[in-house]
Amino acid sequence: MAAQDHLSAPPRTAFYNDPVIRGIIYQVLVALAVIAFFAWIILNTAQNLAAQNKSTGFDFLFQTSGFGISFTLIPFDRSSYYWEAFLVGLLNTLLVAAIGIFFATILGFVLGVARLSSNWLIARIATVYVEVIRNIPLLLQLFFWYFAVLKAMPAVRQSYELPLNTFINQRGIIVPRPLPDSEMNLVVVALLLSIVAAIGVVRWALTARAKTGHYPQPVIWGTLFANLLVTLGFGYFAASLLADIVPALSSIPAFPLIGAVLLAVVSLTRFARFGRAVIGFILTWAIAAFLLEGMFAFLPPIIIALGALLASGAVAWIMLAGDARPATEGKFPLSLPLLILIGVPGLVYWLSGASLAFELPVLERFNFSGGIQLVPELVALVFGLTIYTAAFIAENVRSGIQAVSKGQTEAAASLGLREADRLRLVVIPQAMRVIIPPLTSQYLNLTKNSSLGAAIGYPELVNVFMGTTLNQTGKAIEVIAITMAVYLTLSLLTSTFMNWYNGRVALVER
Amino acid sequence: MTYSYTREEMVDAREAPVNTSGPLAWARRNLFATPSDALLTILAFIFLIWAIPPIYGFIAPDAIGGNAVAPGGTVEECRLESAGACWAYISARMSFFIYGFYPPEEYWRPNVVFALGALLLLPLLAPSVPFKRTNAVLFFVVFPIISFYLLNGGVLGMPAVPTEQWGGLMVTLIISLVGIFCSIPLGILLALGRQSSLPIIKTLCIMFIELWRAVPLITVLFMASIMLPLFMPQGVTVDKLLRALVGVTLFSSAYLAEVVRGGLQALPRGQYEAAQSLGLSYWKSMGFIILPQALKHVIPGIVNSFIALFKDTSLVSIVGIFDLLNTVQAASSDIDWSSPTQAITGYLFAGFVFWIFCFAMSRYSVFMERRLDTGHKR
Repeated sequence: MAAQDHLSAPPRTAFYNDPVIRGIIYQVLVALAVIAFFAWIILNTAQNLAAQNKSTGFDFLFQTSGFGISFTLIPFDRSSYYWEAFLVGLLNTLLVAAIGIFFATILGFVLGVARLSSNWLIARIATVYVEVIRNIPLLLQLFFWYFAVLKAMPAVRQSYELPLNTFINQRGIIVPRPLPDSEMNLVVVALLLSIVAAIGVVRWALTARAKTGHYPQPVIWGTLFANLLVTLGFGYFAASLLADIVPALSSIPAFPLIGAVLLAVVSLTRFARFGRAVIGFILTWAIAAFLLEGMFAFLPPIIIALGALLASGAVAWIMLAGDARPATEGKFPLSLPLLILIGVPGLVYWLSGASLAFELPVLERFNFSGGIQLVPELVALVFGLTIYTAAFIAENVRSGIQAVSKGQTEAAASLGLREADRLRLVVIPQAMRVIIPPLTSQYLNLTKNSSLGAAIGYPELVNVFMGTTLNQTGKAIEVIAITMAVYLTLSLLTSTFMNWYNGRVALVER
Repeated sequence: MTYSYTREEMVDAREAPVNTSGPLAWARRNLFATPSDALLTILAFIFLIWAIPPIYGFIAPDAIGGNAVAPGGTVEECRLESAGACWAYISARMSFFIYGFYPPEEYWRPNVVFALGALLLLPLLAPSVPFKRTNAVLFFVVFPIISFYLLNGGVLGMPAVPTEQWGGLMVTLIISLVGIFCSIPLGILLALGRQSSLPIIKTLCIMFIELWRAVPLITVLFMASIMLPLFMPQGVTVDKLLRALVGVTLFSSAYLAEVVRGGLQALPRGQYEAAQSLGLSYWKSMGFIILPQALKHVIPGIVNSFIALFKDTSLVSIVGIFDLLNTVQAASSDIDWSSPTQAITGYLFAGFVFWIFCFAMSRYSVFMERRLDTGHKR
């Protein structure tokens, strides 16, 4: 009896040992401590500000700034307001972040795939890149690009001339400024329309193939036509290059045209591969010889010729060993949408008589006139951010691809998919699910890291607002709060996107 | 006697199989497996023979075939048109890069701190060295106190050296070590708070973590260096180095908290329930059951955030503290050693120092991960 009483009686514990009450007590204590801490800070700040005779409030945003900014996307001068300075800084931050994200994504994906390459040399080069770049502070890399590379460029009069009328000197990179005339608008409209049309054709062809097992007849004919045109174009180019290299051929009248037509005819027969290989061989030869001459000017010509022969031989070998099936079966014929994308705007350009002139930079007495000048701060920041972030993106891509289980690859292989199709159709779509979340946070990191531009004088948000504006107005609390709020907003937007994406692609488990 | 089912003549000798060992076979498998592989190999090879000799020539001193000026050389040699990296400049300014503006006659004090740190740290890192607990107490409690009094001086007849005179690699190491020391406990507490069932504590922790993670470190440092003095009562001044330390610690503890939370979430619920059913209190179950397993899970993540912290210390140069990068930057405008390659040599040196530390940390984390792996991985 007594034992039963003992069991059924409520446990006799002191009220402060009850987990619920204890939790409440802890929370009240913590909340009180936090409130007291903030009250203490606010009190101190108020006293300090009163002692320094400073006011608070956001009315300073509507005062004229009185300083100039070296690089702005919107008009800004000394009579502009502080909020305009804020906007200039924000836009500059977003500009450099957008450019950096674009290049870092490309470089990062290439490096990530290269690290997993079965080619030992390529994998080693990518590994060395990642291990070196990841372990050196970004600020040091920015200093390197800015002070040691771009600032060490020659003065304006000794500018290096790069291809396409681009110049590089101490004051940055000067590129030609495109000057489109009014007919160019038609070409742009045609380009947009042809993008839509190309996507439409691809979708139609793929849907029809999924239903019937064949591409629709018009697509097949269109592809053959596109192949013919492309072969004709490339063949003409290759044949004229050949005529340049081998003088004996140039004595034959209309050699390039004859060669191109011959190659195009061959491309309709089952010897199409040989025709393509010939074109590939000649083009690679020309490119490789040009590049090697630039890179190893000190080597005797025979070695350069040998190197070019090696490279072009490899390209021809690849083309010969390539897909033996006609272009209209198997993988999707890319030449048709390409023809639409390039051909239609090109036709409009030709018919409408539009002209795209370029304002070329010209060296005058003290500086270049014309062209667009990219300030060295921007160039250094883009370089640094791209190279640094690409190393991290490469690691994300690598781990994403490795996260796809081997069984998936093996299953795809047992279905008879080739290496490229295995990657494209099975591995990459699954890897993207793993890659996208860390990739988004790398984009956010890049945006946050762009604030280091302040150290090399690029006028982004921190430099313009937390630097100059804060120094001039002395409104430390307001300025820092606004700046932090901007980054906080960007971060929250990113995590909202990430949650949405994760919810969309998450594996539906049993 | 012959049977109808036996052969009478020898089978033709088969061709020898393709060699699968040796350097040629290795090259065939790893460099020339397919035509595209061959092309890539050729391109990469051309790139390497284009890129490596100039880089080697720039870095290597002339004794081993390069153009660089070895330590001990003169500035005139560095100013030659053909000269590579000016290592003579680095060796001449080495003490500035290590100690900053610390008075030269007091160099023995940082040296003692370095030696003491290495003496305590190495046995702590090496597995299977006894007295780990004593060692840890010495390193985490006694060592910081001794170091502070040694470096700061003002006691035992050592002249005081204000933190404005500290600099170079010394300050970089101080900031990263203090950041690591302080952010580990703070980060663990924040992670536990974020996982807590008490709503107010949870909300506060989430707000703290997300705020610091959302903003760039440079804004945190600006905030610490501009607003911290405002927050203090009148008449209280906060040392410049201390402000940076506060900023770095707050920032890195938020990142560490997220890493630790990953480990806490990776533990199966059964571990929490088992600890409770043993009647352990919250702190005991965390200390004895949950944290040892959770922290082991996230060693790579923790080391990664240490590497990030170490690299991030270079940002304190923006708020005017003379860390390694800032001393290199300041020395690169030194007229006595001005030469075309002065700046680039300084950056190469600083980059190499940062790289050594970060690479060593990441290798150590790989090593520890393997050692602590108890075979629970699939």
